[in-house]
Amino acid sequence: MKAYQRKLDIRNGCVDLSHGSGGRAMSQLISGLFHEAFGNEWLACGNDQSAFDVGAGRMVMTTDGYVVSPLFFPGGNIGSLAVHGTVNDIAMAGARPLYLSASFIIEEGFRFSDLKMIADSMGEAARAAGVYIITGDTKVVERGKADGLFISTAGVGVVPAGLDLSAGNARVGDRVLISGTLGDHGVAIMSKRQNLAFETEIVSDSASLHDFVASMLAAGGKGIRLMRDPTRGGLAATLNEIAQQSGLGFRLQEAAIPVKPGVAAACELLGLDPLYVANEGKLAAIVAPEVAAAVLAAMRVHPLGRDAAEIGEAVADDHHFVQMATSFGGGRIVDWLSGEQLPRIC
Amino acid sequence: MKYADEFRDKEIALGLAKAIRSEADPEQSYRFMEFCGGHTHAISRYGLEDMLPKNVRMIHGPGCPVCVLPAGRIDMAIRLAERPDVILCVYGDLMRVPGSQGASLLKAKARGADVRMVYSTIDAIRVAEEIPGRAVVFFAIGFETTTPPTAVMIRLAEKKQLKNFSVFCNHVLTPPAMQNILESPDIRNIGRVEIDGFVGPAHVSTIIGTEPYEFIAEEFGKPVVIAGFEPLDMMQAILMLVRQVNEHRHEVENQYSRAATRDGNLRAKEEVSDIFELRDQFEWRGLGLVPYSGLKLKRAYAKYDAEVRFDMNELRVADNPACECGAILRGVKKPVDCKLFGTVCTPETPMGSCMVSSEGACAAHWTYGRFRDHQQRRAS
Repeated sequence: MKAYQRKLDIRNGCVDLSHGSGGRAMSQLISGLFHEAFGNEWLACGNDQSAFDVGAGRMVMTTDGYVVSPLFFPGGNIGSLAVHGTVNDIAMAGARPLYLSASFIIEEGFRFSDLKMIADSMGEAARAAGVYIITGDTKVVERGKADGLFISTAGVGVVPAGLDLSAGNARVGDRVLISGTLGDHGVAIMSKRQNLAFETEIVSDSASLHDFVASMLAAGGKGIRLMRDPTRGGLAATLNEIAQQSGLGFRLQEAAIPVKPGVAAACELLGLDPLYVANEGKLAAIVAPEVAAAVLAAMRVHPLGRDAAEIGEAVADDHHFVQMATSFGGGRIVDWLSGEQLPRIC
Repeated sequence: MKYADEFRDKEIALGLAKAIRSEADPEQSYRFMEFCGGHTHAISRYGLEDMLPKNVRMIHGPGCPVCVLPAGRIDMAIRLAERPDVILCVYGDLMRVPGSQGASLLKAKARGADVRMVYSTIDAIRVAEEIPGRAVVFFAIGFETTTPPTAVMIRLAEKKQLKNFSVFCNHVLTPPAMQNILESPDIRNIGRVEIDGFVGPAHVSTIIGTEPYEFIAEEFGKPVVIAGFEPLDMMQAILMLVRQVNEHRHEVENQYSRAATRDGNLRAKEEVSDIFELRDQFEWRGLGLVPYSGLKLKRAYAKYDAEVRFDMNELRVADNPACECGAILRGVKKPVDCKLFGTVCTPETPMGSCMVSSEGACAAHWTYGRFRDHQQRRAS
């Protein structure tokens, strides 16, 4: 006997309140769309939770919510972004990501075809990263109660023995490395905003970084103090956080910071500073001076680190300022962002 | 970046810095006010102060039309936006500007007021066309540069016969404010004005020309250089001011000859004078009431004037008495001399005009320059 009388009409159908009510329609949506996209042995069991073996050593856990607008942007969509973002939060501890959860809050009327595209790109991003989405949840809310689709995730991973990357680890004299050009994600999103649309070739840098991190760790070992992915608030927020948490300051060289000409031009037009614009596939690493050259070399041979650069160093500073020598020859502070640059970029 | 990098060349900048250093008389002090927030931003963003000798000091002026908008006008806009029949369209940087008692449009929006961020005047027209059942009000602000787009918008609304569209007009004029800085009765309290010359806003002069500043040069004996907003524009303008002071000249010079002329844009000026007229006075945050410094819609366009249409009452809110904006704007005090600076008044919780937008004198010093205070303290 067929489980469902009628196939899900992916091409023309859309989500209605019955898809969140716990009945047959919801079950069909989950098995027909999400299981298909994520396909793994844990989901196939159909339990409310998934069991997995725990190895020896330390684990990391993270959680994240995705409310990006628009849902589809050059270089990805909310689905791939959710996987990359969660994987990267785990990877910044030097950990190997293993399992993710994904919870979907869907506004009624959301098209199946869009949902499938998003779920498929989540599945694809997970497979590429070697992680499994092993548990999830679906809720449907009335029209106007959510902006299309929100995704919330959790992720777990294992940390290699002896590794302890943490925000308070930076020391005076350490070098600041970044893995590539700044601001690509934020500018790609803004280029598709209603009322703001402009032509650009910039695509989001959204990518999973754990493999890249592993190659950095192989080169730098314990000389790598900590890593962060500069998402919302950009590099400026990341370095200010680290400065506070490690109790020191930073001095940056503006001329060394890589920014694509298209991103620089868009920022010029919109009155933004690339240092404050979001990234989704970049990291900043604070490393001991003696390993900086080796780590930088390892970054540059990896496809995700071709434009990697050393951009400054940690200095003693009771005020925890992030200072920058401008390309023009003067000096300035790179402060926290106050207020919003533009809403909802991740 | 083509057409921009040429104006940010480090080598040329160093050459200009060297010329300023060698021409500025070490026995004399040079205090120049850059009137416009765009200039303040360029100074801070590129760290220009580090390139000037100690006796050449920049005084940050009233900043931008956002900073100078008084709390009362924000309160008026909030009251308007709270009406259920109104959609208020605003530029994003207005959202956080404080009204009285910590109110802002951002908070009003969170409580349910229909406040929409737009990126251009055309967007507001579009909202009015899409939602004919509600009254759409555009919160118009800006110096002379942004007045012509508002005029064009009113013409467009007329052409499209939009009945649900009006403008809350807060356009202000720069020359009267400059005059106020030099001669208002408030100066009696501060004692003096320590300004030896002005860097004038180039974008304003592309519209009104350089001529409206000539009375500042003639009657007040202050040199004025109309300058662009790129760092090299600023450096060149400062050098031109140093030379005027050295040669005891006080003239209006045009550094921005690539776009500004003495007469400005005649067509734009015509449009503006067709639709707008002078208010007797307008309140500026930090300066108080400034005579003939604001514009309103002419009676013939009253149906597009939100103040008439919604019978809006003028609200006045006194600035915090401890706020030193008035003295800071006249070069007598620096941001750090204000008791509120960095304590209760920060970019997150701005009190005075100078902290409100990132282009204000205090906000720029807080965001980009406060490390210098600590350097100086350590040195002394």
